[in-house]
Amino acid sequence: MSLENVLLVGAVIFAIGLYGALSKRSAITVLMSLELMFNAVNITAVALSRYVVPAGLASDPGMAADEIARLLLTGQIFAIFIITVAAAEVALGVAIVIAVYRSRQTAFVTDANQMRH
Amino acid sequence: MGQEIAAGVTPESSLIIDAAFWIIALSAIGSSIAVVQTRDLFRAALFLAAAFLSIAGLFVMLRAEFLAVVQVLIYVGAISVLIIFAVLTTRDVEHGNPSNMLRIPAAILALLFLVVASLTVLNTDWNLLSESEAVTTAYASLEEAETADRVANPIPRIAELLLRDYVLVFEVASVLLLATVVGALALVRRGSE
Repeated sequence: MSLENVLLVGAVIFAIGLYGALSKRSAITVLMSLELMFNAVNITAVALSRYVVPAGLASDPGMAADEIARLLLTGQIFAIFIITVAAAEVALGVAIVIAVYRSRQTAFVTDANQMRH
Repeated sequence: MGQEIAAGVTPESSLIIDAAFWIIALSAIGSSIAVVQTRDLFRAALFLAAAFLSIAGLFVMLRAEFLAVVQVLIYVGAISVLIIFAVLTTRDVEHGNPSNMLRIPAAILALLFLVVASLTVLNTDWNLLSESEAVTTAYASLEEAETADRVANPIPRIAELLLRDYVLVFEVASVLLLATVVGALALVRRGSE
């Protein structure tokens, strides 16, 4: 288990999500693929903050120990906010899918090509 | 956490850790492939929950235990259920989960991204924590200064960061969630009129 392996796993999951988001007709599959991409980014952020020296520390090696400990948690804070935004996004996305389904009986993104009601 | 990272400073080459990592990684990747390839949308949603669980395991292996708990609570607990509800509401059994006409270009684009990302990861000269003197000495002094309990627990530090350094982002996130609730209610209600 090294930094490179974790980053590669993140890249593979992001690529799968990218393929799903671009190639599927069902809006729900597109939403699920978006969630996969969010998760891949989270993995990458946490892995980088776990293994790599932060830029602030590299430029100022005499930093206080407590400050270093907090600097090393930056990736986890990023991931927490990404999870918050992803939860908001999926709630709105599902609401839009259901509203579209009610008005035109389809959940396919290829069929819903007009903003008109 | 001090001890943990200080221990992580020496390279981990334990066979068990490597085996656990690859099992979790393969199950995450396999579930992700199943999400985009399964024909039944309901099963795809279940595979999505499995992928989220595997990724929570990956967070544990990266020593982000708090994040792993948040992942299980929000992704496996809330988002999967929401998506399963959406699948059940808009179910189109005879249609399954077809691709649109951009299938081949999308596959090429995803493959291209994967190649570029892999080359970037493998060719970058990472400035690793395990080679940093400052981090090692900092953790040694932290362990002397504080009780082992406080050092081993990163959650108070996460709380400090959230409510002090990043408090503005924290507040904006709550406004975002409020706006989302109002927006989702307005969208769904309008459709029923």
